[in-house]
Amino acid sequence: MTNAVEIRGLRKSFSDLEVLKGIDLDVAEGEAVVLLGSSGSGKSTLLRCINFMEEPTAGQIRLNGDLIGTEQGGRMRYHEADLCKLRTRIGMVFQHFNLFPHMTVLENVMEGQTIVLGRSKAEAKDKAMTQLLRVGLEMKAEEYPARLSGGQKQRVAIARALAMDPEVMLFDEVTSALDPELVGEVLKTMLQLAEDGMTMVCVTHEIGFAYHVANKVCFLHDGLILEQGAPQFVLQTPETQRVRDFLAGHSLFKLPN
Amino acid sequence: MVVEIVRERLLYEWDFVATLADMDLLLLGLWNTIQVFFLALVFGVPLGLGLALGRMSRILVLSQLCSFIIEFFRTTPPLVQLFWFFFALPILISVQMTPFVASVLTFSIQSSAFFAEIFRGGINSIDKGQWEAAKAIGMTRKSSLTRIILPQAVKRMIPAFAERSIELLKTTTLISTVSYADLMFQANELASKNFRPLEVYTVVAIMYFFLILTFSQLTIRLEYRLAKTGEGTLR
Amino acid sequence: MDYNWDFASVFVYWNVLAMGLWATFKLFIICSTLGLGGGLFMGMLRYSKTRWISYPAMLYVEVFRNTPVLVQIIWFFFALPVVTGIEVSPMMAAVLGITLNTIAFSAEVFRGGIQSIEREQWEAGKAIGMSYAQSMRRVILPQALKRMLPPLTSRGIEVFKMSTLASVVAYPETLQQAKLIASYEYNPIEAYTVVALMFFIVLLPLVQLTYMLERRFGKSDA
Repeated sequence: MTNAVEIRGLRKSFSDLEVLKGIDLDVAEGEAVVLLGSSGSGKSTLLRCINFMEEPTAGQIRLNGDLIGTEQGGRMRYHEADLCKLRTRIGMVFQHFNLFPHMTVLENVMEGQTIVLGRSKAEAKDKAMTQLLRVGLEMKAEEYPARLSGGQKQRVAIARALAMDPEVMLFDEVTSALDPELVGEVLKTMLQLAEDGMTMVCVTHEIGFAYHVANKVCFLHDGLILEQGAPQFVLQTPETQRVRDFLAGHSLFKLPN
Repeated sequence: MVVEIVRERLLYEWDFVATLADMDLLLLGLWNTIQVFFLALVFGVPLGLGLALGRMSRILVLSQLCSFIIEFFRTTPPLVQLFWFFFALPILISVQMTPFVASVLTFSIQSSAFFAEIFRGGINSIDKGQWEAAKAIGMTRKSSLTRIILPQAVKRMIPAFAERSIELLKTTTLISTVSYADLMFQANELASKNFRPLEVYTVVAIMYFFLILTFSQLTIRLEYRLAKTGEGTLR
Repeated sequence: MDYNWDFASVFVYWNVLAMGLWATFKLFIICSTLGLGGGLFMGMLRYSKTRWISYPAMLYVEVFRNTPVLVQIIWFFFALPVVTGIEVSPMMAAVLGITLNTIAFSAEVFRGGIQSIEREQWEAGKAIGMSYAQSMRRVILPQALKRMLPPLTSRGIEVFKMSTLASVVAYPETLQQAKLIASYEYNPIEAYTVVALMFFIVLLPLVQLTYMLERRFGKSDA
């Protein structure tokens, strides 16, 4: 069986700085993978390379078996039109939501469907309402984003990505900009998605979410995957001191059970 | 002696009758001013958008060419430009140049350079995340710009836009120097006819004041109506 | 387009142009110094909490912002002598028009600069026990001045360009001198091209400076 995402030898440099130094990663269909690591470890860049928000410097990425880009003289070449098409197959949710403020919630969720996929207005509206229902915001369809709470905005952003019928969903620290009491509603939506069998790659600081939801956890350090495996192993019996330190920092204070 | 002169001057009898009797001359001038102003906006704004997009283009030659045009027309005085378009250009391309055409041409290009910078500022002021979100749902750069970025940017640009348009309106007075019968020109004519420069130029100043005030009130109202979604504006 | 450019016919009059440029600089220095200085003062009046001070200042600013400079110059040249009986020289008319206009504009820059500083800065000053004057001097003004720098530089550029309006009352600044050359030699193309280039060369570094200031200090208000 082919993997939903297959990454081989991925490298990415920003001018002199090499952020990713050769990443191999497989994401099976229906799997939820969580990327952990301190800031600067390259986890966000890795995520952004999957849908080519950043163009990799070297390496190959396959989406459900399709190699992205064309090989030319030992290097991968990418055409903007191909990348646009690829991005319709991958959904992405951002830390700061990035909803379009000049459009209503419904228009936000319809925009990509009509403009990029060329669906009819009626079909797009139908799909949009289905996805808004799924994230529990169908009653906010006619509101402008400015009138929503952070958690609601993020759920709309998830609906906007889902409406494109993506093969994979990417989540880039989607709860980091939220008030603590709003984090739960977004994580619950993501849990629901994982249970529905959506293939997901998430960058997050929510270790608890990683433990309970992820099928696989990857710990990135200095542009490489330091440890990867089932959350029980990586999070409870880490092999390296680096991961132990990271986890200790994240669970310094805990409520007694 | 000096006191006497001052007293005499202070007792200067304002007489607006002669000026107001020829009000139709001034109104005609006002109408001509508005025409040039309006046409310069109609041509200048789209041209400005073009220059801004050109300057932000990834094609180096295009970007540098547009930068040069913008900087050139921003740094040279409009009066020099007007003289150039009126006196020099017709010889160079051997066409007949009327004051009207020269005026519209000068002020369209001149204001487009300033509008370009407003467009650029507006587009740059939009959060990078908006480009990213559009990109992530598979939009091309072009449709990201027209569907997502510009609609937001234009709203923010309105105050800067209004300010620049008012500058343009004031700058149109220069066309009187190439004998186009705008309000300023008509005032000069009238003042030399009725020997009442004080009254004529005072009336004209008041006319400009109210014309500009009306325009800026209109834009403030427009801005207020568009500000509904509660975003900041760019000045 | 087979026109024979003859710049030599302009350059033989280089001393005429140099005199013009000198006159332009003179106007620029007088008007920008008086205008910016007066503008800061007017801006403070405008920002005052006493209505008897702020309202007349506001009226002044609005009148001079909302009438064309050329009208002001012409008014001072032709109309002012009628009221006062004082002979107004072309230079004086130009200085009066441009300076009073610049005062109005820079007053707004000054006010905008102070208002652009977040309320929290005032509160932080208050919280460590500073008086209004102390907060203004130690906390607000240093930040506001930085933000005002780019728009004030743009104002300076505007003043430099505005100086050409003095040619309308025959003050012998650069453009007026070029007019003279053009009417002597029938070479308007070269004469006006040279003037345009002169302004471009003088002002381009200033424009670059504004860009640099804007990048460094951000938040332009003009």
